[in-house]
Amino acid sequence: MTETTSQPIPSQPKRSLFQQLELDVRLLGMIGAFVILCIGFNILTDGRFLSPRNLFNLTIQTVSVAIMATGMVFVIVMRHIDLSVGGILAVSSAVMALVQTKFLPTYLGLGFDNPLTWVIAIAIGLSVGTLIGAFQGWLIGYQSVPAFIVTLGGFLIWRNYGWLFTSGQTIGPLDKNFLVLGGVSGTMGEATSWAIGIVAVAVSLWALTTSRRGRIQHGFPAKPAWAEGVVMGLVTCAILGFVWILNSYDVPTRKLERIFEAKGEVMPEGLEVGYGLPISVLILIVTAIVMTLVARRTRLGRYIFATGGNPDAAELSGINTRLLTVKVFAIMGFLCALSAVVASARLQNHTNDIGTLDELRVIAAAVIGGTALAGGAGTIYGAILGALVMQSLQSGMAMVGVDAPLQNIVVGSVLVLAVWLDIQYRKRMGAKL
Amino acid sequence: MTASHMKSAKQCRADGDTPLVELKDICVSFGGIHAVDHVSVDLHPGEVVGLLGHNGAGKSTLIKVLSGAYQMDSGEIRINGDKAVITNPRDARTYNVETIYQTLALADNLDAASNLFLGRELTTPVGLVDDAAMEAECRKIMGGLNPNFRKFSEPVSALSGGQRQSVAIARAVYFNAKILIMDEPTAALGPQETQMVAELIQKLKAQGIGIFLIDHDVHAVMELCDRASVMKNGQLVGTVNIDEVTDDDLLSMIILGKKPGQAAA
Repeated sequence: MTETTSQPIPSQPKRSLFQQLELDVRLLGMIGAFVILCIGFNILTDGRFLSPRNLFNLTIQTVSVAIMATGMVFVIVMRHIDLSVGGILAVSSAVMALVQTKFLPTYLGLGFDNPLTWVIAIAIGLSVGTLIGAFQGWLIGYQSVPAFIVTLGGFLIWRNYGWLFTSGQTIGPLDKNFLVLGGVSGTMGEATSWAIGIVAVAVSLWALTTSRRGRIQHGFPAKPAWAEGVVMGLVTCAILGFVWILNSYDVPTRKLERIFEAKGEVMPEGLEVGYGLPISVLILIVTAIVMTLVARRTRLGRYIFATGGNPDAAELSGINTRLLTVKVFAIMGFLCALSAVVASARLQNHTNDIGTLDELRVIAAAVIGGTALAGGAGTIYGAILGALVMQSLQSGMAMVGVDAPLQNIVVGSVLVLAVWLDIQYRKRMGAKL
Repeated sequence: MTASHMKSAKQCRADGDTPLVELKDICVSFGGIHAVDHVSVDLHPGEVVGLLGHNGAGKSTLIKVLSGAYQMDSGEIRINGDKAVITNPRDARTYNVETIYQTLALADNLDAASNLFLGRELTTPVGLVDDAAMEAECRKIMGGLNPNFRKFSEPVSALSGGQRQSVAIARAVYFNAKILIMDEPTAALGPQETQMVAELIQKLKAQGIGIFLIDHDVHAVMELCDRASVMKNGQLVGTVNIDEVTDDDLLSMIILGKKPGQAAA
């Protein structure tokens, strides 16, 4: 038949460099665009954009949206949408703020800055987010109300529950131990950051080697050893480079002096201390790893992608797609609450407008990162990169001094352009999506 | 088709053995329309029963009751003589009922191995999906089914009709099916692949698997089946032994809704 003749025994036709490396061309495209963006802004700002200080801030600002974007990938892959993430973030943040400033210290008598406070507050916040997500998922999966409607309702409902709970007041200052999760108030320091970086490199190299050994054991085609080496080298450079950037942003001298004063010591002359890896970034990295693992190596992830690709086939294969919908939205809710931890800790207060318009940023990040709204396709790393691109655009334009209306015009245009480019690319690759 | 197999299935019926599957007095209606109206069919081990009829005759609906995709309003399913409760595709799988759907029911964005094991993934001791093991199994079974199959790491959307069909067939056969439902398995296939499916059906028959074959094509049914049940407008016209009827008999059952004996009347 046609396919037997059109498919000669593979005589290893000439393959391009990228194919041999088995690198994701779309990922490379995105990284390329991001690098051009950074260099452009760097020139326009006389080198301020790529300064360690700005890169550090950029990283911290991206975390909240990026965490939620990883969950939005699952939601969109399942052919759903979630417009309520900003609202869930706000109500989780409100609940956590009330628990740590009012409920625990006063009513339960734990006092302020009790070491238990932040743990309890976060546990309650994460439960609230997860429950709201699960409830919305139940409406969508079991009651067949379209996700767009359920979460549009949620967009109006959840944030305003937060408002009701707090009577519209800003709640703060938050618990000291809680603030550590926000970014600049909680960093690992240079030595620990390097240690974490080295462990990360070791784990990545081990994972790549194991995967390769597995393929060879089963007799599957594996990429040439040199290509594997290049990939390993790139991974190592990326991880250590990232740590190096975060380490080279030094704690301001005056802040250091205050720290030493507080301990009753005198600061040595010419001391320089880098911030290192912020805990919030570590939270994002762990989230990304777990979500990638879920997407690629668990049944849950497999079913999410199968359902996105063909809901009927998934159902006929015995997958409980209704329950799956509940799970996906529960994960989304959990991640919104996790983002609420990072966002409110970074701002040091809970305010009513926390996370406003985040739903749009999160969806844009996932979509720029290559998640197809038609369902069935998307990656976690793409969404995080998408969040980073969005944040860089916004902060870069602010630094250059672009007018506010123009900023939004540019961000909107980039969103549409990115999706258009992606569609062109897929067409050329002959994919159906 | 070897005579011995036909005889064995025939012998089973003659001896009054318990059928592998009995669908008794099944009714399914959609908003007042009786898609399936008091229909009874049965199937013995090693037997191929064809379900014939026009589009909309109710044959697909009837069989989806057995595969768990639809629920019946009334009636009874017996498997090996015991009452079976099938309310969804998962239930059907626990009774070793496997289905090859006309639409193939493949997730286009996943590769062949992921589709083959969809819903029944092999896992590592830690509970993670074991892609390497699944690909190895997939290569093994596809090697026997369709030796020209090579695209193991590409999504099935990149495959030809025949290749997609072999993935769907592999999925039904791999998991020890006792009862196999094939909904127009050759509709999208060329002559060579149709031949492949015919050979496969003989092989499965010999293993004692009972097969319901839904088809438009009278010639295919005459060639592959032991018996044929013909449906028209949701009702069963009749069930006949293939070696006792002609193509024309079947056609008049499909078109006129008359059993051969009644033709003169």
